[in-house]
Amino acid sequence: MRLKLKVWRQSGPQLRGRFEKYELDGCDSRMSVLELLDHLNEMLTSQGKAPVAFESDCREGICGACGLTVDGRPHGWRDNLPACHQRVGKRRDGAVITLEPLRSGLYPVVRDLVVDRGVLDEVTLAGGFASVDTGLAPDADTLPVPHDVAEAALDLAACIGCGACVAACPNGSAALYAGARVAHLASLPIPSLERGRRARAVAAAVDQWFGACSGYRECARVCPAGVDLGATALVAKERWGAALHPART
Amino acid sequence: MWKEFVANARLVSPGNRRRFTVVVVGTGLAGAGAAAALAELGYTVDVVTLHDTARRAHSVAAQGGINAARARRVDGDALERFVRDTVKGGDFRARESEAWRLGRESERVIDHMNALGVPFAREYGGSLSTRSFGGVQVSRTYYSRGQTGQQLQVAASSSLMRQVATGRARLWVRHEMLDLVLADGRAAGVVVRDMRTGELRVLRSHAVVLATGGYGNMWYHSTLAKNSNATAIWRAHRKGALFASACFVQFHPTALPVSATWQSKTTLMSESLRNDGRIWVPADPDEQRPPGDVPEDARHYYLERRYPAFGNLTPRDIASRAARERIEAGHGVGPLKNSVYLDFRDALERLGREVVAERYGNLFDMYREATGEDPYERPMRIAPGAHFTMGGLWVDHQLMSNVPGLFVAGEANAAYHGANRLGANSLLAACVDGAFTIPLTVPDYLAGLLGQDLVAEDDQAVRAGLEEVNSRTEALLGAGGAVPAKEFHRELGALLYRNCGVVRDRQGLQEAVGQIADLRRAFHEDVQVTGTSGEWNQDLVEAARVGDYLELAQLTCVDALHREESCGAHFRAEHQSEDGEALRDDASWMRVSAWHSSGWGDEGGSAQPVEFVHHQENLHFRTVQVATRSYR
Ligand SMILES: Cc1cc2nc3c(=O)[nH]c(=O)nc-3n(C[C@H](O)[C@H](O)[C@H](O)COP(=O)(O)OP(=O)(O)OC[C@H]3O[C@@H](n4cnc5c(N)ncnc54)[C@H](O)[C@@H]3O)c2cc1C
Ligand code: SF4
Ligand code: FES
Repeated sequence: MRLKLKVWRQSGPQLRGRFEKYELDGCDSRMSVLELLDHLNEMLTSQGKAPVAFESDCREGICGACGLTVDGRPHGWRDNLPACHQRVGKRRDGAVITLEPLRSGLYPVVRDLVVDRGVLDEVTLAGGFASVDTGLAPDADTLPVPHDVAEAALDLAACIGCGACVAACPNGSAALYAGARVAHLASLPIPSLERGRRARAVAAAVDQWFGACSGYRECARVCPAGVDLGATALVAKERWGAALHPART
Repeated sequence: MWKEFVANARLVSPGNRRRFTVVVVGTGLAGAGAAAALAELGYTVDVVTLHDTARRAHSVAAQGGINAARARRVDGDALERFVRDTVKGGDFRARESEAWRLGRESERVIDHMNALGVPFAREYGGSLSTRSFGGVQVSRTYYSRGQTGQQLQVAASSSLMRQVATGRARLWVRHEMLDLVLADGRAAGVVVRDMRTGELRVLRSHAVVLATGGYGNMWYHSTLAKNSNATAIWRAHRKGALFASACFVQFHPTALPVSATWQSKTTLMSESLRNDGRIWVPADPDEQRPPGDVPEDARHYYLERRYPAFGNLTPRDIASRAARERIEAGHGVGPLKNSVYLDFRDALERLGREVVAERYGNLFDMYREATGEDPYERPMRIAPGAHFTMGGLWVDHQLMSNVPGLFVAGEANAAYHGANRLGANSLLAACVDGAFTIPLTVPDYLAGLLGQDLVAEDDQAVRAGLEEVNSRTEALLGAGGAVPAKEFHRELGALLYRNCGVVRDRQGLQEAVGQIADLRRAFHEDVQVTGTSGEWNQDLVEAARVGDYLELAQLTCVDALHREESCGAHFRAEHQSEDGEALRDDASWMRVSAWHSSGWGDEGGSAQPVEFVHHQENLHFRTVQVATRSYR
C-alpha cells in the first residue's frame, strides 16, 4: 500500500514548525501508526535525513508514552485505543494521514511529535499519593476490601498517564485524569485516610494548571484506558466533600 | 544471613544523613522504591530516568503478578517452599541466601504496595486474592487484573513523587546515564545527558544505585519496551564492574512471531493461554492445507506427547526449546515458517465460545489486531521471544558490585534467578531490592564515608567522565557512514537468535564471537548518525545503545561458550541426555561466572582482540537439596 503522510516537523521548542509531506511505499494494513513512523524514518535515514522524533515505549498499550495526534484526534481514528494500537487498516492507495504532536497549550513541543507532558505530574506532586513511609504499612489482609470496591478502584487506576484526555479537551481540562486519581485513592482504606487533604490540594493544582471541565466528553472518547466519563465529576465531588466535612483529613 | 546483616549493619545517624548524596538511576520498581526509601530516611537523592516522567518504566508492562511467600492459604505454602521453588527454578545457579531474603521481605512488599494504593485483586470476603503461576503448585501470586506491573509502578513512583515534592529527592527526567564516574576506585557519580538539549552533566554522589532494568532488547525483537537498554550497566562494566551470567536469558514461548521486517518488537501473549490452547505443528513439513483442515493424525502435539505430565504447561524454557526444535526441523508454520500453532479448537468445542471469550477475550482481540487473523477461526501462531535477562552486574549479598559504592538493583543485577527465572519473581525482586534491601545496605556502606566530601566539580575524574562521553558522541556523529544503527541492531539480533538463542552450540558460538567483532568494527566505520549532539536526537541515542549492545553481545557469547553444560535457559546442544533433556554438570559448573573485560579500544574498536577474564563464585546449598528438574 502506498500512503501519503503529512507530518509536523519542528526542530526545537522555540522554533517554528511546519507540515512536511512524504510518500511512503510498502505500507501494510497491520502496521500501527508508530510502525508507520518507523517505516517513514527508515526511508528518511536511508536518505541521510533526520528521522521524525516521536515517543513510544511498550508498544502494548500500557505505558502511555505514545501520545500524538492522528488526523486531528489524539491517539488516532478509533475510540479508546492508544496510538500503538491504532492500525492503518483498509485505506485507499494514496490516502493521506496527518500526524501532529498532541495539541495543547499545556504541552510544549520538544521536537516534531514529542511534547512535554510534565504538567500531569503536578497532580501527583500536589498529593496524588499515599503518605506511607516504607515499612510502616499494616498487614494488607487485616483491612478487608470488598471485591467490588477493589475492582472499581482498578477501573479508575487503569489510567496510563498518556495525557490524551487533556489534549482532546477544548478547555484543556484534566478532570478525567485527576478525577480518576483522587477517586481511586479515596476508595481504598489506607489512602483514604488523607482524602480531604488530598482533595483540596489536587483541586488547587487542577485549578492552577488546567482548564475547567464543561462536559464535552472528548476525554472519555479518546482515553485508551477506558476511564469512565463519570470520573470527570470526581475532583469536584471530593472537593465538596472536603469542604462540607472540614474534619475530613 | 539477611537477618544477621540487618541486625549488625552499620547505621548513619539521622542528623548526618542529608550530608550524603545518593544517585539512583532508573525509576522502575527497583529505582523508584530505592529512591523513595532513601529520601524518606533523610538522604539527599538524585534520581534519573530517561523517560518524561517517573511513572513510565518497563515495569508497567508486567501483567501476570507478583509472588509473595505469605502462605496464608492452607495449600501447603511456606517460606521454605518459596526458597526451594526459586532456587530450583533457577536450576541451582544463584545464591540461596538471596532467595531467603526475597521470601522473607516479600510479605512486607505486598503490605507496602497495598498501603500505597495498589488495588490488589480481592476475594468476596475482602482478603487478598492469589493465583498460581508457572512452575509452582501453590497459590502465591498476587495480582491486579492484567495490570500488576502498572499498578505497582504507579504506587512506587508516586511515593517517589511525594519525596520529590518535599525536595528531598531531585528528579531528573529525560536524562540518560552515559557513564559512571570513579574517584579513588569508588563510585562517585554518573554522567548524564539531557535528551532534550544534549547538555552533559555529572551528578556527583557518595554512592550510585543502578536500577536500569534488563538487556533483552539486545536480541532486537524482544518483549521489552523499546527504551529498555544496557548502556548503564555496560558502561559500569567497562569501568570495572563484573558482569555475571550474561548468557542466562529467558525466551518466552508465547510471544507473537515476527512476520514482517517493519515489525518493531514481539508482543508477549499471556502465558495463561497455554491452560486451554493446544500447541502443535503439522507432521508433514510441506503441509499445504489451512490449519483447520489438517486432520488429527497429521498434527503433531509435540509437548503433550513428549511431556505427558505437564503437556502444554511445561516450564517456559522447555516449551521454547521444543518449539525451536520443531521450527528448525522445518515444521514451523506461518509465512516465514517461524512459529507454532496454539489452537483453541478443542477448548471452543468443550467450553463454548462464551466461556473462552470470557477467559481470553481481550487477548484474542489483541492478537487479531496485531495479525489480522481471528483466533476463534484459526489457531494462533506463537514463537519464542527474548524476554528476561537473569544475567547482569554481579553483586554481593548487599547488592554492591565489586566497585565500592556501586549498587545494582532489580533486573539489572544477577542476584536471584540463576539460570532461569520463576514467573512473578522479578517484580518481587525489583520491589524487595528497591524498598527493603537498598535502604539498609547503602547506609551500611555510607557509614564508612562519614565526613567525606563529594568529589570536587573540577576533579580530574569528573572532567574525564565528561570528556569520554563527549568523544564517544563525537565519534558516532563523525563516523560519516551510510548505514543506520538500526540495521546493525537488526543484524545483531538475528545473529544472536541464531547462535545464542534458545539452543546454542560450540561452533555456532565460536562463529558468533568473530562475527560480532566484525559487526562492531563495521558499525564504527559505517554507522550513520544524523543531526548534532546539542539537540533531541533519536538517531544518536539509538546508535549509542547499539554500540553498547555490540560489545555486550560478544561477552554474552563468550560466556555461553565458556559454560560447558546445559542449565535452565542455557541449553548447549553438546550437553543433553539421550532423550534430549538438559544435562547439568554440577561438579564443574555449580558456580556463577562473572567477567572482567578489557581492550575494547577506543570507539572504533582496536585491532587487538578483546580480553575476557573469568571470575567465579562457587555456590553452596545448605537448605535446599540439589536435584534435577524433570517435567516428564
Ligand atoms: C512483557 C513482560 C511481562 C512481564 N511480566 C512479569 C510478571 O508478570 N511478573 C514478574 O514478576 N515479572 C514480569 N516481568 C519482568 C519484570 O517486569 C521486570 O523484570 C521488572 O519490572 C524490572 O524492574 P526494574 O525496576 O529492574 O527495571 P525497569 O522497570 O526496566 O526500569 C528501568 C528504569 O531505568 C531507566 N533507565 C534505563 N537505562 C537508563 C539510563 N541509561 N539512564 C537513565 N535511566 C535509565 C528507565 O527509564 C526505567 O526508569 C515481565 C517482563 C516483560 C518484558
Ligand atoms: S485518563 Fe485516559 S486519556 Fe487521560 S491520561 Fe489517563 S489514560 Fe490517558
Ligand atoms: S507505546 Fe506504550 S502505550 Fe503506546
